[in-house]
Amino acid sequence: MSSGTGVERTEPGAAQGSAAVDTAHELDLYRRMLLIRRFEEQVYLLYLRGEIPGTLHQSQGQEAVAVGVCDVLQRTDWITSTHRPHGHALAKGVDLRAAMAELFGKATGCCGGKGGSMHLGDPSVGMLPAIAIVGGGNTVVTGLGLAFKLMKTDQVVVCFFGDGASNEGAFHEGLNFAAVQHLPIVFACENNLYGASTPFHQTSLVPDVASRAPAYGVRGEIVDGMDVLAVREAAGRAVAEARTGAGPVLLEFKTYRFAGHSRGDVRGYRSRDEEAEWKERDPIVRLRERLAVSLSEVVLDNTDAQVEAALDDAVEFARQSPLPRAEDALTGAYATVIGKESTP
Amino acid sequence: MTVAAAPANGERRLTIAEALREAIAEEMRHDDKVFLIGEDVGVPGGFGGAFGVYLGLTEEFGHDRIIDTPISEKAIAGAAIGAALMGMRPIPDLQYADFLFECMDELVNQAAKMRYMSNGKLSVPMVLRCPVGTANRGAQHGQCPESYFVHVPGLKVVCVSDAYHAKGLLKSAVRDDDPVLFFEHKLLYGSKGREQAGGMDLTAHVPEEEYFFPIGKAVVKREGTSVTIVATHMSLYRSLAAAEELARDGIQCEVIDPLTLLPFDEDTIFASVRKTGRLVIAHEDTLTGGWGAELAARVAEECLYSLQAPIRRVASHDVPLPVAPVMEQTVVPSQARIKAAIQRCCEG
Ligand SMILES: Cc1ncc(C[n+]2csc(CCOP(=O)(O)OP(=O)(O)O)c2C)c(N)n1
Ligand SMILES: [Mg+2]
Repeated sequence: MSSGTGVERTEPGAAQGSAAVDTAHELDLYRRMLLIRRFEEQVYLLYLRGEIPGTLHQSQGQEAVAVGVCDVLQRTDWITSTHRPHGHALAKGVDLRAAMAELFGKATGCCGGKGGSMHLGDPSVGMLPAIAIVGGGNTVVTGLGLAFKLMKTDQVVVCFFGDGASNEGAFHEGLNFAAVQHLPIVFACENNLYGASTPFHQTSLVPDVASRAPAYGVRGEIVDGMDVLAVREAAGRAVAEARTGAGPVLLEFKTYRFAGHSRGDVRGYRSRDEEAEWKERDPIVRLRERLAVSLSEVVLDNTDAQVEAALDDAVEFARQSPLPRAEDALTGAYATVIGKESTP
Repeated sequence: MTVAAAPANGERRLTIAEALREAIAEEMRHDDKVFLIGEDVGVPGGFGGAFGVYLGLTEEFGHDRIIDTPISEKAIAGAAIGAALMGMRPIPDLQYADFLFECMDELVNQAAKMRYMSNGKLSVPMVLRCPVGTANRGAQHGQCPESYFVHVPGLKVVCVSDAYHAKGLLKSAVRDDDPVLFFEHKLLYGSKGREQAGGMDLTAHVPEEEYFFPIGKAVVKREGTSVTIVATHMSLYRSLAAAEELARDGIQCEVIDPLTLLPFDEDTIFASVRKTGRLVIAHEDTLTGGWGAELAARVAEECLYSLQAPIRRVASHDVPLPVAPVMEQTVVPSQARIKAAIQRCCEG
């Protein structure tokens, strides 16, 4: 990793001495990351078994970013997400059962079966339906930020996006506009080294997305995205700045997706050695090892068991849930339907 | 020019994906001004484009002519247009037709207007392949946006549904001096979509010898005297299946694949409507403002007195695409809906 001009860098492990998080809180971060990991692993099997339709973009390896960032947000804060939204949704508090049911295409899903994997979200916990157009969220967040500013609330919005998205015009327009308006936004780039099969270094001569921030007068920071405590600390500072009118901030999390880009990707464009190197830095394993110093195996195993039980329950809930009614497909595109009886 | 090849035994059959790959390879060999530019098109060990159409091309043509880009649709389209203005023949790729909206300005304000604004001194010879169609991917990865572009003077819009015409038309499109948008349905590429496409045979006879199929020419897929059906992509195959069923009830459908939506082959379609006196149009694009509306208006203007019944359109309902299969299938035109529309048209 190298950093561009004017970009701060949090070294891996920098957050470790932080007093901000006690052991109970750390255990909770661990539980939430594990929940995402096991969710992803389970839904992949369910997809292979034909229980989940469509396609999946999964986030194994990137859990620390979702959990660390959302940990410093309030329920009333918002996030936008991408085609790879499962982790963000669970981290922001979308109901586990409702997320699972949405992947199953069931009526009880968080979008009633209309959204699916790529559009998970729930306004009641501050998450727009995920935007599967690369860079799509990067301009929309400016509107959320503008509304918070105009309404004088102290809410912030976090825009999750990928390294690939940083080459969309939308990234540049959104960042610059947010900057000149001093909007309460944290742009959270998950640089997992690839956009689909294309390595980021082939698409940008600057190696760090964060180094683009100073060009817009924005503070940029590179963070170890495989360390949930480092993520949490950097996000905490960025969110505090954004909340007090000193935003926006651009955070770049160096991370890695352990799975393919989408289901069925055999990952022929990257080496198994590279994958193994990153797996060495597995954020969940790292935190478990850290916790094992102060907590007994029993406590940790209990946490693992809690996660499994919650997932089993969610899968069962999704399986038992009714399908949407076919005719529900035809309503809901408008708030008011002129000349016809309006349906909610 | 002859129309659809009738496959004889032992003839070579290809999927649409294979036919497209062959067309691109032939055109790249024929003219070194032809090049490919887009997302994930040639990365070693990568996908060969979102649907594998370009697999193997980098090995033959190298990275100078198979250019991988950042995820920057405006730049991809702009680069293709600029290169075309300088005499190159680019084939830009944006993965899914849904992402055309990222570069609407380049397509609508630049590509479509350069020739006219320069009083014919410039042209923009490029072909943009656009995969469309519902495949359980939700609202932003399944749209059929052909009709937006049928509205743009200066563009040509092609819509292929079988391997033979895919190859012949893609070769013609590459050699055409105007910008061509080339719409393909994701479920029709080949073996992968077979199951979702209802188990139908997704290969067609593609001759070994070089051939071209002209832009602006429709084909009659099935001859009949009772009613004309104009349909594309999955709706075409569902129409053919409905026609088969209705033949048992004595309704003889004439099924036309328009192949080019801008400009329509009015001669073929009008002649058929004058013969049958009835018209049903089926497409997966949504109903309101869809290309079916334009075709219906033209038929009403030119063939009204030949019509024995109101024109019927079958299209996706006017909503974004839901992802749950039970809802998705409600939105897109099913064989049953097409069949019912034909029956209704034949009652009057
Ligand atoms: C505008 C647009 N272009 C292309 C795509 C197809 N696509 C989906 S995900 C993806 C790669 C995105 O890479 P990145 O932003 O790094 O996110 P990651 O997949 O690594 O999470 C591409 C090209 C899309 N969904 N939207
Ligand atoms: Mg990426």
